[in-house]
Amino acid sequence: MQTILRSQTKTVTIGDDQPFCIIGERINPTGRKLFQQQLRAGDLSQVLIDIEEQIAGGAHVLDINMGVPLADEPALMAQAVTMAQEACDLPICIDSSVIEALEAGLSVYKGKALVNSITCELDRIEAVLPLIKEHGAAIICLTNGEEGIPVVWDERFEFCKRLVDIVHGKWEIPLEDMIIDALAMPIGAEPQSAYHFFKTIEAIKDEFDLNTTCGASNTSFGMPSRHTLNGTFLAMAAGAGMTSAIMDARSEECIRAVRGSDVMLSKDEYGINWIGHYRPPAKV
Amino acid sequence: MTPEEILQNLYDETMVGNGPAVIELTNTGLEMGMDPETLLFDALIPSLEEVGARFERGDWFVPEMLIAGKAMAGALEVLRPLLAAKGTETIGKFVMGTVKGDVHDIGKNLVNIMLEGAGFEVIDLGVQVSPEKFIAAVEEHQPDILGMSAFLTTTMPMFKANINALEKAGLRDKVIVLVGGAPVTQEYADAVAADGYAADASAAVKLSKELIAKQRAALALNA
Repeated sequence: MQTILRSQTKTVTIGDDQPFCIIGERINPTGRKLFQQQLRAGDLSQVLIDIEEQIAGGAHVLDINMGVPLADEPALMAQAVTMAQEACDLPICIDSSVIEALEAGLSVYKGKALVNSITCELDRIEAVLPLIKEHGAAIICLTNGEEGIPVVWDERFEFCKRLVDIVHGKWEIPLEDMIIDALAMPIGAEPQSAYHFFKTIEAIKDEFDLNTTCGASNTSFGMPSRHTLNGTFLAMAAGAGMTSAIMDARSEECIRAVRGSDVMLSKDEYGINWIGHYRPPAKV
Repeated sequence: MTPEEILQNLYDETMVGNGPAVIELTNTGLEMGMDPETLLFDALIPSLEEVGARFERGDWFVPEMLIAGKAMAGALEVLRPLLAAKGTETIGKFVMGTVKGDVHDIGKNLVNIMLEGAGFEVIDLGVQVSPEKFIAAVEEHQPDILGMSAFLTTTMPMFKANINALEKAGLRDKVIVLVGGAPVTQEYADAVAADGYAADASAAVKLSKELIAKQRAALALNA
């Protein structure tokens, strides 16, 4: 299955015959007090800095989230998306829990965007999917519903089936435009969470061959040496069949882990890309 | 084992989250005729306080806090009926829930574990808790504190909706309201007129103790 995303000039393909797709996550003010103050004051300069860092780190797609409490999120999203498209040629993942912000971002976006996200909650599905259809975007679908986030993999997989029924079956969104987020949870709070995550990914791949993703940094919440744990998780998830992740491209360890997984999974044959990235300086 | 050894071992085993040993030591202590209050206040609570302090300094990590809290919860199950029979006052009563529209509960559950570990009685309403459900629980349980958790910028406004509902029901001055969750800040807590905000489980315990002490002191002064 190939999910195609586009900016004005560039196409990025997500799929199991493609290198692991790095969706750079840092363009997000959550937990960043100074950034939030700047955004409330209409100063978006940090957005450009974050974009540059994600690109320098190796991001293929940029996730943009402008979730600032007590601010005009739709206006900020439209501005940030426009700025990003002027500054670079990467496709964008428009990320918001606010419908109006998704709408504002999509309406100024040039190309085929990814939208983050819906769950099995019907109210939100009915608000978001018309936008996805109108703009021909792809959509990240989370495997949880109103009742909460299931711990065990087969319950999460049930949500995936429901999502396919609704998003593809009822709303006629092409399967290749659905990316399933199998929900990475903190391993420090639930020791079995990675096991259930990998099993969910495998089941989705076997049954539907859909592209999959997750917010990888969740995994290491509350732990020391977070980048190493995130990187280990990412490589193992890629091994289970995950084809993309929303992750911090500034993390050298995570980037190396997913590029290494490309070599191991024959997505980077003979490790030619790997060598290109990590070749030591020539000796003459 | 002497009573002193029981207390020391209980303190040590709680800190490293050795659940079976904590229950065994609690039972052994009780069989020896030790006072349940002594086990609680001279071993279990100080142990969890030390865990919280280490966590706050960044020396200890979430799983260590989690297993220590769980170990302590096991001992509390043994002690609770004995403490209740003795009429021991709990440190405070907490009603807790994730607001309507939000299903995130990992942070809330960590806070619950640390609160219980500190000797609070916690009534957890779960996730997707509507204003009506919060009101009903406050009326039924008459807690010292109502704790609300939200993980999304879209669900944070439910804090205000719930606080308005408390006001409408005439309950706002009967209960301390604390808020928390990843996107929540002190600023936001002030904006919705909550009584407090805590950034993590350990801070939540500390703040809860402070606010209850302050409230009880004020009540004593008025009495």
